[in-house]
Amino acid sequence: MSGIGVPARRLEDGPLLRGEGRFAADCNAPGQLHMRVVRSPVAFGRLLGVDAGEASTLPGVVAVWTAADVADLPPIDFRMTRIEGLAPFRQRVLAADYVRYVGDPVAVVFATDAYVAEDAADLVFCDIDELDPVLDPLADPSPFMPETQPGLLSEPAVVRKGYGDIDAAFAAAHRVVELTVRVGRHSGVPMETRGALAVHDAARDILTMHGAAKVPHYNRDAIARMLGRDRERVQLSEGHVGGGFGIRGELYPEDVLVCLAALRLRTPVKWVEDRREHLLAANHSRDQTHRLRAAVDARGFILGLDAEFFTDQGAYVRTHGGTVTDLAAGLLPGPYVIPAYRVAGHVRLTNKTPAGTYRAPGRYETTFARERLVDRIGAELGLDPIEVRRVNLIPEDAMPFHRGLDTLGTHVVHDSGRYHDLLDRTLAHVGFDDERKRAAERRSAGEAVGVGLGWFVEKSGLGPKDLVRISLAGDGRLEIVTGVASIGQGVETALAQICAETLHLPIETMRVVHGQTDRIAYGMGAFASRVTVMTGSAVQIASAGLLATARAAAATMLQAAPDALGFDGGVFASPAGASVSLQAVAAHFEASGKVLAAEGEFAADHMNYPYGIHIARVRVDRETGGVAVERFIVAYDIGRAVNPLLVEGQIAGACAQGIGGALFEEFVYDEGGQPLAASFVDYLMPTCHEVPDVETFLREDAPSPLNPLGVKGAGEGGITAVGAAIAAAIDDALGRPGLVSRLPVSPARLHALISGR
Amino acid sequence: MKPAAFAYLAPTTLGEALAMLDGVQDDGKVLAGGQSLVPAMNFRLARPATLVDLNGLSELDHVSGDSDRGVVIGALVRHAAFHAPPFEGPLAELLAKVVRDIAHYPIRQRGTFGGSLAHADPASEWCLVAATLGATMHLASVAGTRTVAAADFFRGTFTTALAPNEILVRVDLPPLPAGWRTGFYEFSRRKGDFALAMALATLQIDGGAIRAVRLGVGGVSDRPRRLETVEAFLAGKPPTPATFAEAAELARGAVAVTADIHASEAYRSDLLGTVVRRALAEAAA
Repeated sequence: MSGIGVPARRLEDGPLLRGEGRFAADCNAPGQLHMRVVRSPVAFGRLLGVDAGEASTLPGVVAVWTAADVADLPPIDFRMTRIEGLAPFRQRVLAADYVRYVGDPVAVVFATDAYVAEDAADLVFCDIDELDPVLDPLADPSPFMPETQPGLLSEPAVVRKGYGDIDAAFAAAHRVVELTVRVGRHSGVPMETRGALAVHDAARDILTMHGAAKVPHYNRDAIARMLGRDRERVQLSEGHVGGGFGIRGELYPEDVLVCLAALRLRTPVKWVEDRREHLLAANHSRDQTHRLRAAVDARGFILGLDAEFFTDQGAYVRTHGGTVTDLAAGLLPGPYVIPAYRVAGHVRLTNKTPAGTYRAPGRYETTFARERLVDRIGAELGLDPIEVRRVNLIPEDAMPFHRGLDTLGTHVVHDSGRYHDLLDRTLAHVGFDDERKRAAERRSAGEAVGVGLGWFVEKSGLGPKDLVRISLAGDGRLEIVTGVASIGQGVETALAQICAETLHLPIETMRVVHGQTDRIAYGMGAFASRVTVMTGSAVQIASAGLLATARAAAATMLQAAPDALGFDGGVFASPAGASVSLQAVAAHFEASGKVLAAEGEFAADHMNYPYGIHIARVRVDRETGGVAVERFIVAYDIGRAVNPLLVEGQIAGACAQGIGGALFEEFVYDEGGQPLAASFVDYLMPTCHEVPDVETFLREDAPSPLNPLGVKGAGEGGITAVGAAIAAAIDDALGRPGLVSRLPVSPARLHALISGR
Repeated sequence: MKPAAFAYLAPTTLGEALAMLDGVQDDGKVLAGGQSLVPAMNFRLARPATLVDLNGLSELDHVSGDSDRGVVIGALVRHAAFHAPPFEGPLAELLAKVVRDIAHYPIRQRGTFGGSLAHADPASEWCLVAATLGATMHLASVAGTRTVAAADFFRGTFTTALAPNEILVRVDLPPLPAGWRTGFYEFSRRKGDFALAMALATLQIDGGAIRAVRLGVGGVSDRPRRLETVEAFLAGKPPTPATFAEAAELARGAVAVTADIHASEAYRSDLLGTVVRRALAEAAA
């Protein structure tokens, strides 16, 4: 039996390893048409007209739509974090009056063949009166739609939060430490690009979209609303998903267009995004500039933090609304006490691909900014940066720690944590003093080697609630129906293990249903490291409910009091020595026309807060500016690890992405707003050559009191402090505290810093 | 990322291939390993009307010779053939060293030596080898075969001396017999990426002085370049760090470098000096 804590192999791997996976592009339906999107070739301009005449005449082309054909559709609405002022910046499925970024959908072609569709798309002519693009998020806000909505500026909102007496803090300061840092524009780039197949079953009047991910129930409702259908007549179905990372599975124009087309054209419609499209059209992320001022005392204790930052939102505000900016503003203080805090987070529109959330949204950016600040405080006061952290960390006896502000509509309350303890354990575990000593020796011998550390607090388990239904058949097959989504993270295995912990059944007999809107009334999906916390807790509750029902039945069968029954190894035993297995109880239910089943619902008002430390050792090539990551350690306290093997996998994968954002990945634009990193030639994902074996130091010292399992999310903490740790290590390697203030640290930028040119 | 429509021809002899290519003229493109051409077609950056596929021409898949006599390489020889070259000596060591920096293992199984040269990417390792060592290219057409020296073959980015109806069928690398030392250094963003700068050096050292030298750089301008002026400077000098530092400065002065999103002109010029110094130092070590 593989209960909680067992490093079980993944249940879901069989078909993936045998090449039997069913990803979006694997979905086909007889008679399907292929959709191709015609995208704006320019960053900003007035769209005067679209000429599809020549494209329409190409043999095999069935239809070409422009904005006029979809004028009845509302813009794509926010799923999260509605902030006053953002609504006019929502994206319509096809651009109507302005094109606002290179890649903005202007028209769609439907053809009998994907090749013909692309040929035809090439022939669609967009008449655009080009305008000067806005590319600098730090520039003064400028008109967004000067002709159609005069007066509307490109700064729709400023997120302001704070607590404490910031002025008093600065008045009392021993010193004020200032810093400006920037995290570049990059994003989650799943191995599988987006894709969808929409099929309308006219006989039953059910529209099904295959290729759903992340939030199938929400997207079902949103598509139904946009198309004016009952949501019972829209189904979303998730197959295998080749990576999510926050960007995959949000509702995009293409999802709505395939659904609408399947209805209007009365035939299935398929769309598979190509990689160039993906890099132009799927959500970008990060790209924040932070200006921080800290009032500190002589020990480096931060009395007050005054922060201003700018999020380069790109050309529209998509489904996430103000999520990233709100999270950044709410979680910037991280693991530190910081008695007074004031922040203004500016949402700035530019003529770039719209931005949304990417693994550890708002935390990767703010952790980089905050940890750079703490390193700077140490450097300016002549203190060891580790000691500065020790002075500032929230003490264990202050838990639960009320931050005194909200994010994502919930109070930020650090539910549990032993921060100083983790710092001590981690330094000892990695041999930090030895690491520093060896790095110093190698520097003396001429190498540029350094060690750096970054502290982070993650958040996970975003509510509001999750529902699970578990049933056990007489033949021993157990089904767990969830409203969750699997984006490759091992949902099936983890949920089965949680069920096995209570029911003592082998996980191989369990079938976990996810991502099917026709199987369960509601479901929140998979994001914000919420699945194990929320759905996992619901599974635990449902398992306990099923066990209680079975126990009552077993008691009758064994002629004993329910409380008197023992339960071990999946078998109830009476004091008299009689026994009956759980499976036999299920068979007994079936024989009387019933099903042994239970529902479990788990609700949470607050998120929980896993935390950890990243430590990097890097080697810098002083002449080329190249950086090699020699060692990387992620220490992470997630309260309780359901499957340590999966957790380590999550951490290693996230860490690789963090290294990408720290050293390689960047969406670069030229001065005209043309994207220069629109393929894998120039958008550089780290490979196995650039990523060391990530070492994990998994801790379960501070279980969450907010759920019955004590778990905290494990999906994001591997990425959060990578930029911070690598930056600190580079500083150390070069003996230049505070040198790195911008990610990614490309060789060209580092060379310029080293050479002073 | 679907290519525009094209006609596909699959000859089985060189004569047949040349006749086909001659027939389609300007709209034709030769397909060898396809590791550059096919992605370019998928991006629709290349739209050949006709592809003449050389993969059926086993007569172009041959390597012969050795380091003492020089090596003859058929155009269809895959990069991976040089993981362990079928001959020995300094030339084999050099090719085995260089091939490891060509893209990635799967690409090296398919991409061809001749295809790399005909494609003439400024950051191609084989182009740098050909230019530095002074390879001789054999260009065939229905009219016959002519030979072109590497110095005259590379004309610019993706541009060569090949006429539209010609196929690069064979490359001769000159001898690099025992006694020559080799050095190669490439800097790229990631392992397997296009070089931001690279240098290739071959040296003969005798009596504490450089007796003979070949030096070339790639990835820094529109084509690979052999740096004769720097070679002339190095001849007779002691193979010391000071000499190589001076050579690196001369190399920087000899090449007008290009800029892209990964490297400004100033940065690339610095890289050029660094890779020259490191290639020379490796050869001298």
